Amino acid sequence: MTLQKHLIFTALGGIFLFAVTQQLEPFRNYQLATMAAYLCATAGLTILTGLNGQISLGHGALMAVGAYTMAFAQNGIGNLYLSLLLAMLATTAVGAIIGVAAARLRGPYLAGLTLAVALAIPAFTVTFDGLFNSEQGLPVSFTPPETLPIETWQALTAGGSALLVMFLLANVVSSRFGRAMRAVRDNEVAARLAGIHVARTQVLSFVISAAPAGLGGALLAFLAQNVSPGAFSLTLSLYLLLAIVIGGLGNLAGAVWGAFLLVALPDLTNSLTEGITASPELARKLDGNLALAIFGLTLIVVMLVAPGGLQSLVQRISHRIRKGRNHV
Amino acid sequence: MELHGIGVRFGGLVALDDVSLDVPIGKVLGIIGPNGAGKTTLFNVICGLVQPTSGRLTHDGRVLRPQPHSLTRHGISRTLQGVGLFKGLTVVENVMAGATCQARPGFFSALFALPASERDEGRLNGLALDLLDELGVGDYANAYPHTLPYAVGKRVALARALAAQPRLLLLDEPAGGLGEEDIGELAALIAGLPKRQEGCTVLLVEHHMDLVMRVCDRVAVLDFGRLIATGTPAQIRENPAVADAYLGAAA
Repeated sequence: MTLQKHLIFTALGGIFLFAVTQQLEPFRNYQLATMAAYLCATAGLTILTGLNGQISLGHGALMAVGAYTMAFAQNGIGNLYLSLLLAMLATTAVGAIIGVAAARLRGPYLAGLTLAVALAIPAFTVTFDGLFNSEQGLPVSFTPPETLPIETWQALTAGGSALLVMFLLANVVSSRFGRAMRAVRDNEVAARLAGIHVARTQVLSFVISAAPAGLGGALLAFLAQNVSPGAFSLTLSLYLLLAIVIGGLGNLAGAVWGAFLLVALPDLTNSLTEGITASPELARKLDGNLALAIFGLTLIVVMLVAPGGLQSLVQRISHRIRKGRNHV
Repeated sequence: MELHGIGVRFGGLVALDDVSLDVPIGKVLGIIGPNGAGKTTLFNVICGLVQPTSGRLTHDGRVLRPQPHSLTRHGISRTLQGVGLFKGLTVVENVMAGATCQARPGFFSALFALPASERDEGRLNGLALDLLDELGVGDYANAYPHTLPYAVGKRVALARALAAQPRLLLLDEPAGGLGEEDIGELAALIAGLPKRQEGCTVLLVEHHMDLVMRVCDRVAVLDFGRLIATGTPAQIRENPAVADAYLGAAA
């Protein structure tokens, strides 16, 4: 039942993805691919923070781990799917290490630890610049197929990966492991007495949250054909967290909203700043900061209107429509 | 389950002092005593939430070093004071969470939603629903805990503890906050527990004396961390030391 339902959703998603990529212009396909890459990370993070109650300010850094692994694997071996898999495995390992430490920490201390991770990993790439080539970063080379426009191919690859991630995460969420994560979040003592190993559950949550984040990072590197520390700053981690809160914490559909906003809002601010022709100086000042301001504003508005995030708003509206129809 | 000379100190405070107690199999043992006598600490020692500073526990003739998450595998289950349900889980999910020790499928089976995982979830779901029906709260299966009347929440918490199919059930103030009518039903329920599955022993911490006297086969009395009396409810009622503990020594 669960499997069939998730398979049908995934298949529909796949058909939709294929149809859409054939219609969109190249730039929109590229944006779709970026959204899919972000979706991997937000979906993972929403499990960790929403279902298991562990905050992570370090998921941007986990994406960096995936991205750099992707660069090394792609430049060394050159098989795209193998590289994506390796990126995911490397991030899983890093996530497991952080998860073991995280399972001992609560609240602000956990935020502090993950913040340190977010700052340390990009700094790492600058310190060991012989290997990581400092701020310039590394190129990610690959040979696109000849039959498809490159953006279409990128959108299909990234979208397919995101669908796979969503399928697997949805399975975990509806299994006994998803239940254990929520139980640990709600009441640790009761969870232990119910026979749930709290620390193990927390580490598991971190691991299954880190793996898709690594895949997302690898996809970003694959899309940009380059990886540099600037792309994985602390701001990215904060954006991911904002995105899942706005989308609806602990909800995979909410993670889709979050990923959509991560791509749509900067795009919106770009067109806004382009529209302001008054002074080039003002436009330059706004350029970097307006996106963050709009994100903050969106967060405030969404929290006021729908504290459960955009997805809760959607659920409320669809519920009302269904009820209205029953009345007629 | 036997306790041998259990002592617990929190800094200079002696919470439990040399408590030895046999929990008779298939009976209901009540633990009573004034506030701060160490009743809940005793439970916490049995559950591994508090490490005793002296003494040891044996269970099924073997030394038990309890860890909370492995208790249910030893056939020991506990309810908490108040309700203590998982607020983000529905009632039936709460009870299924209590049956964690019986869940079989591994992580990869869950990751790919394999039929084995699916079947096992169905089995746990059925087990949970049966338990809720048995306790008369089956109608609330899909509700969330914050919507429940208090007495129903307590029932669900009991169902969650029973879901582990314990041979020793620890009830921490099951009547706390309940009205007279609910307590009457609860008494019948607790008295029926040992007959429910083969040899389920009940250890009951409770302030409500009527309930204790009605359902317990034996009663142990704690005062300032020391065990001052054990016996049948009738013996305890007549025991002058117990009256002293509750009312202060007669001048």
